[in-house]
Amino acid sequence: MSALAGYDPGALWCELLGGAERRQHTDVARHLDAFSLDELRNRAVAAERELYNLGITFTVYSEKDAIDRILPFDLIPRVLTADEWTHLERGVIQRVTALNAFIHDIYHDRKILKDGVVPADLVLGNANYRPEMVGVNVAHNTYVHVCGIDLVRDESGQFLVLEDNARTPSGVSYVIENRHMMQRAFPELFKGTGVRPVDSYGPKLLAAMLDIAPSHVADPRIVLLSPGVFNSAYFEHIFLAREMGVPLVEGRDLVILNDHVFMKTTAGLAPVHAIYRRIDDNFLDPKAFLPTSMLGVPGLFEAYKKGNVALANAVGTGAADDKAVYAYLPRIIKYYLDEDAILPNVETHICREADGLAYTLANLDQLVVKPVGESGGYGIVIGPKASRAELDQMRAKLIADPANFISQPVVGLSVSPTLTDDGIRPRHVDLRPFAITGRDTWVLPGGLTRVALKKGSLVVNSSQGGGSKDTWVLEA
Amino acid sequence: MASMILLARYAECIFWLARYVERAENLARILDVQETFSRDTRGQQNWRSVIQINSDEARFEDRFGKEFTPETVIQFYVTDPTNPTSIQSSIRAARENARTLRPLISTEMWSQLNIFYNRLRELPPSAASPHRLSSLCAWIKEACQAHTGITEGTFYRDQGWYFYQLGRLIERADQTTRIVDIKYHHLLPSVADIGTPADVAQWNALLRSAAGYHAYRRKHPSGMRPELVAGFLLLDDFFPRSVRSCVQEADRLLTELRSRFAVRGGSAALETLDELRALLGGKTIRDVMRSGLHEFNDMIQLQLGGVGSDLAHDFFGGALQDLAGAA
Repeated sequence: MSALAGYDPGALWCELLGGAERRQHTDVARHLDAFSLDELRNRAVAAERELYNLGITFTVYSEKDAIDRILPFDLIPRVLTADEWTHLERGVIQRVTALNAFIHDIYHDRKILKDGVVPADLVLGNANYRPEMVGVNVAHNTYVHVCGIDLVRDESGQFLVLEDNARTPSGVSYVIENRHMMQRAFPELFKGTGVRPVDSYGPKLLAAMLDIAPSHVADPRIVLLSPGVFNSAYFEHIFLAREMGVPLVEGRDLVILNDHVFMKTTAGLAPVHAIYRRIDDNFLDPKAFLPTSMLGVPGLFEAYKKGNVALANAVGTGAADDKAVYAYLPRIIKYYLDEDAILPNVETHICREADGLAYTLANLDQLVVKPVGESGGYGIVIGPKASRAELDQMRAKLIADPANFISQPVVGLSVSPTLTDDGIRPRHVDLRPFAITGRDTWVLPGGLTRVALKKGSLVVNSSQGGGSKDTWVLEA
Repeated sequence: MASMILLARYAECIFWLARYVERAENLARILDVQETFSRDTRGQQNWRSVIQINSDEARFEDRFGKEFTPETVIQFYVTDPTNPTSIQSSIRAARENARTLRPLISTEMWSQLNIFYNRLRELPPSAASPHRLSSLCAWIKEACQAHTGITEGTFYRDQGWYFYQLGRLIERADQTTRIVDIKYHHLLPSVADIGTPADVAQWNALLRSAAGYHAYRRKHPSGMRPELVAGFLLLDDFFPRSVRSCVQEADRLLTELRSRFAVRGGSAALETLDELRALLGGKTIRDVMRSGLHEFNDMIQLQLGGVGSDLAHDFFGGALQDLAGAA
């Protein structure tokens, strides 16, 4: 009868039971084990139906219709202990602090480039570097107001950073909605277990927006700028606007007069002072960036440069979060903070450096090779799983354009018990904690746990068959 | 006051959200009563009349040719996703507006519309068959009423509420004129039928379709007379679906909106509503009949349309467009 019968994480780290050396059965595991698989399946079906009915969905628009899809939800939570969280929180704050210092530097004195710590062309030649931002000052020198850092865990249980998301990271709405769903669908599991709440994300984000609004405005008006209902993350935009209690606007709702931003209301134009924008830099202002953008607001960037409106995240953060710069993050942390990285990177070989390229070519069948410009898991070659032909192709690409690639060893990603057609089985997970920074940095306890639902799959992206789980941070 | 402002686009969306749901409910009412009408000898012609009333001939014939059968007309108006005037299309439009408005409306409003639309979309074409029509219409009416009830019980009473109510009332008044028109346009010309049992049954059905049967009985216990029924639906002071009630309420709401939220627009719309209100309060049904019921209905529909465009200009961004153009 017991739900966990037949569950075997092998040599991998298990997010519920711990390392292979010493598995531990916590209260949560015991509560879970008391359920029958049928009961779990019934609840899982009910939970997914509820997500669909509540419209906690992303929408795929075809020519004729709008099709709503839910992000598949697994109702077995991923659990982090209080100690694990303390460590993660410190590491995330450190990383966000370094990212902000780095971005400020590359748009001002460029000391880190002059000192040769990071190759100048890597930054200045980056497609996401915005020369328009040079010399522009932003409140509290904060550029990355919302940061999502993707973490994985190896066989020993050590957390490693896989990727930084410093532009417009998404997924936080699922963190909070998954919790609400769990509390309705699976209240027994919380019994006797103190889980840290996640409800303060909206107020914290609003507070950060108020932190950065022009300081001379007594009662600043904040809005969330969305590309609109056709964007696949529209639900999250709605969610955050509601949680902050601010209007969700589109580009067409805003107008610039004399370098000030206004929104069109039933009573005429009303001033806007800070914008949480979920539109990429390129589309933000057709006068400053992509001229064909229909989503943005002509003149917004000029108003921003003059300090009449604050934007979160700042323009130009994309120069800091791609895979090429990622490889230098441990050195960047050391450079600005004189500290070692609390959360290490996955061991990374930078192919633009001769050593890195040589190592990568010599060990191609053992490494994961990633193009630095892609996201969403595209263009990755996983050595041990690749065919001879794929490896040869990769080798040719590496030699032709080494600067475009990094390589990493295959990490035995941790697993979490997940409800599958075969029963509860180990599936690989990652973790994206969210940090908000206005004057200071605050980290939402928990984060988005994505799970690769396909057996053996390492790819957790929702575009490639991933789902999500509620993430529990236990109280001390 | 910072939180009391309303985005112009939201005002438009909430206005249309209310209109589309009201429209779907009224179409369900019309189809339901039509089904009752069609049990007489002129049944076939009656089904065609629904198409005519809504000026949908061309669209209908593109799809079904000259096949004005109960099956085709019902399918056209209930489950046809390609017909923009079908109930499914109205609820889809309502839901798309609601999706845009999700930061503003209550979660329950959104969730109910979402479930309603998904069920409508999943109906097989066979669900729209004549013998199931009555229960199908009952379900649609109930779902629309559930929407109205949830809105009444959960929607915050700031500007959005006023625009919601204005949309609902304007659509309802317009639809009532159309329901009255159906009967007069196509049944009354047959003078021989007046006062016959079949005719009385149809007037009963008409009143029931507007949920006015019992109220009418209380007001006119003496009997079912065509002009009294028309008078009741158009001019009654207390019946919530009468044109006069709707106009009075819309007039009151617009006045209140302007005074409570310090919005400057709306004077042209208010002027039209004032005129309509005076007109509907000052006429008897006999006056209306003398100058032509159909013409009267037409005139009301035109005026209501004018109110809609005035609101669009003053509140939904039209005036701001003028301003942006000048800047």
